[in-house]
Amino acid sequence: MVDIVIIGAGVSGCAIAREVSRYQADVLVLEREEDVCCGTSKANSAIVHAGYDAANGSLMAKLNVEGSRLMPALSKELDFAYENNGSLVVMVSEDDRPALNKLYENGVANGVEGLRIVERDELVKMEPNISDEAVAALYAPTGAIVCPFGLTFALAENAAHNGVKFQFDTEVTGIEKVDGGWKLATTQGDVEAKVVVNAAGVYADKLHNMVSEDAMTITPRRGDYFLLDHTAQGHVHNTIFQLPGKFGKGVLVAPTVHGNVIVGPTAIDIEDKEGVATTQAGLDEVRAKCGMAVKDVPLRQTITSFAGLRAHEARHEFFISEAAPGFVDCAGIESPGLSSAPAIGVMVSGIVKDILKLEENPGFDPKRRGILDPKGLDDAAHAELIKENPAYGTVVCRCETVTEGEIIDAIRRVPGARSVDGVKRRVRAGMGRCQGGFCSPRVMEILARELGVDQSAITKAGAGSELIVGVNKDAI
Amino acid sequence: MREYELVIIGGGPAGLAAAAAAHEAGLRDILILERDNELGGILNQCIHNGFGLHTFKEELTGPEYAGRFIQQVKELGIPYKLNTMVLDLAADKTVTAMNREDGLFQLHPKAVILAMGCRERPRGALSIPGCRPAGIYTAGTAQRLVNMEGYMPGRKVVILGSGDIGLIMARRMTLEGAKVQVVAELMPYSGGLKRNIVQCLDDYGIPLKLSHTVVDIEGKKRVEAITIAQVDERNRPIPGTEERYECDTLLLSCGLIPENELSRSAGVELNPITNGPTVNESLETSIPGVFAAGNVLHVHDLVDYVSEEAGAAGRHAAAYVACGCKTEEHKALPIKCENGVRYTVPVAIRPDAAGDTVTLRFRVGNVYQNKKVAVYAGDACIFSRKRPVLAPGEMETVILKTDLLTGHPEADGITVTLEEA
Repeated sequence: MVDIVIIGAGVSGCAIAREVSRYQADVLVLEREEDVCCGTSKANSAIVHAGYDAANGSLMAKLNVEGSRLMPALSKELDFAYENNGSLVVMVSEDDRPALNKLYENGVANGVEGLRIVERDELVKMEPNISDEAVAALYAPTGAIVCPFGLTFALAENAAHNGVKFQFDTEVTGIEKVDGGWKLATTQGDVEAKVVVNAAGVYADKLHNMVSEDAMTITPRRGDYFLLDHTAQGHVHNTIFQLPGKFGKGVLVAPTVHGNVIVGPTAIDIEDKEGVATTQAGLDEVRAKCGMAVKDVPLRQTITSFAGLRAHEARHEFFISEAAPGFVDCAGIESPGLSSAPAIGVMVSGIVKDILKLEENPGFDPKRRGILDPKGLDDAAHAELIKENPAYGTVVCRCETVTEGEIIDAIRRVPGARSVDGVKRRVRAGMGRCQGGFCSPRVMEILARELGVDQSAITKAGAGSELIVGVNKDAI
Repeated sequence: MREYELVIIGGGPAGLAAAAAAHEAGLRDILILERDNELGGILNQCIHNGFGLHTFKEELTGPEYAGRFIQQVKELGIPYKLNTMVLDLAADKTVTAMNREDGLFQLHPKAVILAMGCRERPRGALSIPGCRPAGIYTAGTAQRLVNMEGYMPGRKVVILGSGDIGLIMARRMTLEGAKVQVVAELMPYSGGLKRNIVQCLDDYGIPLKLSHTVVDIEGKKRVEAITIAQVDERNRPIPGTEERYECDTLLLSCGLIPENELSRSAGVELNPITNGPTVNESLETSIPGVFAAGNVLHVHDLVDYVSEEAGAAGRHAAAYVACGCKTEEHKALPIKCENGVRYTVPVAIRPDAAGDTVTLRFRVGNVYQNKKVAVYAGDACIFSRKRPVLAPGEMETVILKTDLLTGHPEADGITVTLEEA
């Protein structure tokens, strides 16, 4: 029997894993997908919300503001991309002024620092591409953007470094109370744990309902997005939201930490907990709405469109507590879940620590070094790196200038990349404008070599997503 | 790192032909930088025949065609670096590149030829709705997997786009044992060569559905089905026309985009129609001493024309270096495109700087029948040729005699247009 099983290796599960690794405990993370960061955590707006949105007094508001405050230091400690770019909630009709004021007051009550309302003249100076209809905006200087993959991998790697085990391709199918803990039935056999943490995202209701009479329903709320090329960089500087009001709810337009522009999302409630297919209607809605707060959004420079699911609970609140003795929910983690993740990790690990009366882990190392990106080096250091390790001299992904050295590092990490998408999310090979057209066969080769398997076993994102189905003429 | 007078970025058909021609024109100090592990570029994966009919008067495969130029470059002793990625080109022509052996290095050539080729438009840029599973490839990626590595990317295939690579891959996948069910093309005409439609689709009974597009992709892990639908005149899907195909693969052949990231970083002016540099009759870009040729300049239909164009770029680069890198001020006649002519390469001609003839290449924006291509210097028609059929998939070439231009000193511009025959 292990001390703690965390179900789900998304950003919440990984944040919890990293925080509990501060204590002496056997921790196992079970993940149904083949890698960390495969569900809600991989497909979202990549925003660190300042915290003015969530209702004052809610857990969501508290953790959002705390998470946002923890993020800058965490990004240095764990070496992931984070940028404090600021955010604007734009009002496009004077009629909506009361709603803007209300949002401001809610933010102040939540403890968000530096909030102020900027009028059109200043707004245009801040954002030259702001809509001609923009009247005023709520400016949150603490608003930020983050690489959601980078954050999640950083947490997972640091947790693993401090002793947490990860087991992938393992879906929990049943839970049974046993003496001193829980027995989990999984697709890879039974696992027993003293404490179970339910961080299963859109599936958190399913697990919760296995142990609690008080039924919970998580609705997958789909969001469709466009991601624009680097050529669109600079179109906006802050994360720009539109104030919900007279003309409905808009979509955000934001820079990403990697110099792209993200536009979206929709909010469409669906039934399928894996329904991440985009739809024509969803994409059209983003197209129609993105111009409400920002003009001339260069959607022609789209390099990809995608959809993600938010784990929406009808009360729009985070549910973090013991659903049964020794079974801790971390459920309803929809937006601002990514922003709140650092605080969620602290809160859940606190609950678990109290249940198990855990002792501090004296060997805990809070530091993690990210995958070296040679683009960040000066020329001399860059040249020295290639001399030391020539793999850094071979460019594999041309669009994002990703070298073989970085890809090898991504595969050799713990937990490391095992698929083309795993490589892509860690080092951005295939993330650029050609979307892997040139580099995916090369990435497959490197994966096969590093993992010691045949290329035909290499997948896009885990079993069933094999990229090659055979050899030429094998069916003739 | 030793310096070179001419650096050619790209060792595909354009770069190779440019290097050989520059050498023949007397320039000896040339370096080719190639990012792949061999010379030849995309031709190495084009194992079908049909290359070289114009250049060599025989039918060669892609690797054979490339081989002729590679051999020439090697015989001439022109140095090249493989597995070498150019990271930056500056306005002063400083080239920053890297590879395993030399590490990160800079070159300061007198002239540069851009020969980076083009890339395929991916699924993401097409904003096709649906799932994002394995089994969606650009035709060129599939071509590399099949032709160079011997791997089958799928067994039951739907192809979107009737560009030449898509047509070629329809045949290739069929020959390798896959079932190609349909080729859907958004436009009411194919973007590929007529001969490829006949030889790659018709001969194998593969239907080509014009004015159709993909409206849904199904499959969580791997493609399971593709739905196509007919589109109206504004390219919007028409409800009720959907057809669903069970398959495991979607290949995309939806256009090629010249790779001009380096040109952009150098500040080379680009033509929004071609996505390639704007060049004058000498194939010189807006930066003196920086020339461009091949698919980086505009997407060609036949490699023979790439070689021809690149040869000219090589000669002009050699002449530029030979004249001490001076660009004389000459009157330039801008070229205007009318009546279905989408663009021309070059975009301007300096009659006093041109040789005896100037080659104009262009494409049309629709299928036209019984037209004539006409070129005007000012108001005077200086060229006219009947064309029974013009199509967007085929590049048009006009060779203008320079003395016809100098014979009209009053002209302040050139117009290329289509007229009724």
